[in-house]
Amino acid sequence: MARKISMKQAINEALDLEMTRDPSVIVMGEDIVGGTGSPGEDDAWGGVLGVTKGLHAKHGNRLMDTPLSESAYIGAAIGAATCGLRPVAELMFIDFMGVCFDQIFNQAAKFRYMFGGKAETPVVIRAMVGAGFRAAAQHSQMLTPIFTHIPGVKVVCPSNAYDAKGLLIQSIRDNDPVIFCEHKNLYGLECDVPAESYAIPFGEANVLRDGGDVTIVSYGLTVHRAMEAAEALAKDKVEAEVIDLRTLSPIDWDTVIDSVERTGRLVVVDEAHPRCSIASDVAAFVGQNAFGALKAGVQMVTAPHVPVPFSPVLEDLYIPNAAAIADAARRTLAPTGTSPRSIAA
Amino acid sequence: MTENPFPLDRDDLLKAYRIMRTIREFEERLHIDFAKGDIPGFVHLYAGEEASAAGIMMHLKDNDRIASTHRGHGHCIAKGVDVHEMMAEIYGRSTGACRGKGGSMHIADLSKGMMGANGILGAGAPLACGAALAAKVRGDGGVGISFVGDGASNQGMFLESLNLAAVWNLPAIFVVENNGYAESTARDWAVAVDSYIDRASGFGLPGVTVDGTDFFAVYEAAGEIIRRAREGGGPALLECNMVRFYGHFEGDAQTYRAKGEVEAIRASRDCIKIFAERVIEAGVISRAELEAIDKEVLDLIEDAVRAAKSAPLPAPAELLTDVYVAY
Repeated sequence: MARKISMKQAINEALDLEMTRDPSVIVMGEDIVGGTGSPGEDDAWGGVLGVTKGLHAKHGNRLMDTPLSESAYIGAAIGAATCGLRPVAELMFIDFMGVCFDQIFNQAAKFRYMFGGKAETPVVIRAMVGAGFRAAAQHSQMLTPIFTHIPGVKVVCPSNAYDAKGLLIQSIRDNDPVIFCEHKNLYGLECDVPAESYAIPFGEANVLRDGGDVTIVSYGLTVHRAMEAAEALAKDKVEAEVIDLRTLSPIDWDTVIDSVERTGRLVVVDEAHPRCSIASDVAAFVGQNAFGALKAGVQMVTAPHVPVPFSPVLEDLYIPNAAAIADAARRTLAPTGTSPRSIAA
Repeated sequence: MTENPFPLDRDDLLKAYRIMRTIREFEERLHIDFAKGDIPGFVHLYAGEEASAAGIMMHLKDNDRIASTHRGHGHCIAKGVDVHEMMAEIYGRSTGACRGKGGSMHIADLSKGMMGANGILGAGAPLACGAALAAKVRGDGGVGISFVGDGASNQGMFLESLNLAAVWNLPAIFVVENNGYAESTARDWAVAVDSYIDRASGFGLPGVTVDGTDFFAVYEAAGEIIRRAREGGGPALLECNMVRFYGHFEGDAQTYRAKGEVEAIRASRDCIKIFAERVIEAGVISRAELEAIDKEVLDLIEDAVRAAKSAPLPAPAELLTDVYVAY
């Protein structure tokens, strides 16, 4: 039975269901219980933003606070995964990958290949991504492209509570290392979510809106900006198809190519920086595999090539917004050589 | 028969000798064949350090796990990884332990509890913590052992792991194989404390230092530490002071070493010679018995090299396999 719950609750529910189902699932991270060893309440925080709140009471020591020591505990989660457990390690903010990246890209990602197919590393690394939280340059990045570049890890980034629950359950059951990216500005967003357990397969994009004029591809928070843009375009009789990739590695090329072959126009929206991004990846793939279908150059709407700024007025400019996405869509519809500004006017 | 003064019975003494001898012959043969150009890539030899691997691994079962280093051949052999598969791997053959996709620095056999040699210094320490955590969660009495050299003992990953193991009270053991050189840089220059016991105590762990060329010293210290970890007593650090017969990697001219240094350590600090002299002198094992093992080991290595050289290379399609379990 579906109820409206937030993405934060959906993630909590997925962890609860999988810990209940499978005793090999353990959960670790900084302050995920919160207050361990402190004189006050146990389970004081349940994660820095309360995502794991209440799980300690139910699952006891299978939920473990860690020292502030990402290399050690992310590595321990990876090591334990090769020894038969299914650890879910929370890296709090994905920006902290810098201090433990070796364990992710040189260890977890490579074991299976490097050991001739003899290793399985079923670890999930949950981490908050994205800007808009006024958290500045080191707590706000969308570092998804850094992980999609690496063979051997999978990368997931849900845009809503329903997908977050199903994709996290799939991530925990998956036998490969998964980087599970949670946009912190989506934690409070509610939608209908079934109470029971379900898994959403990787590599299946979600077509959120049908349209024949232009394809808009995105993931995470900017999916919602893309939907706003599509509504604005519809007022101008432009019907945009909006695709939420949901998983970035593997990625559902078929759904993107099918759509572009129908619309002939593509806008890719990515909260990451423009160079070597999900946006440039999708643009290149479409250019290579559906060039004949394109009626206009592919447009990318991304964050600028700058760190995430602190001041709210600057940060709001940083994140791709609906107006920029709609403008990009209009540029694809402009006759060749026509200035986009004249179309917008 | 003379009374056996050693903490191992005759069978185990012979087993320990066979392990050390196998490592030595394996490495000496690689040294020769690498110089001939038969072996691609980087090779780091463990010759001279055999007593550490053997003295520790004699205490372990398959469900005890080790995370090794770039200098991992000795750990692999002592943990029971098949010598033929190892040699084939170093030759890049499809019959190798990793089907030719890992090479010398990445030999692993998880079924034997060998979590992998590792090309990243210090990276094995968190992984060994994970193995120890898995053993603790399951309550199976297993331990996780991390090997690092004196060089990697300065890595943050290693130091963080000491703390994590102590905080979580893991059955984890950190073995610092101190051969005096971090690649070419002197240990005494690169590590500011005189003893790793000080490092360990700084993290709340007991530490023990042993002469790593004395198999029996390693064996007894490791036995106590491992027993304690199995019983829930928590992590510990073992420093084995040892010697490296060859360079950091094959091809290293070793101009940073003192003149005559290698000849001197081979003469006076050869852990296999020291072991052999003690067991023979005690009248527990005869020289003939050891020589018989020497002969068998030589044949084994010769056969492993022959098999590796004639084994098939990986098929081109192997380039793209085994990146994911499913993708």
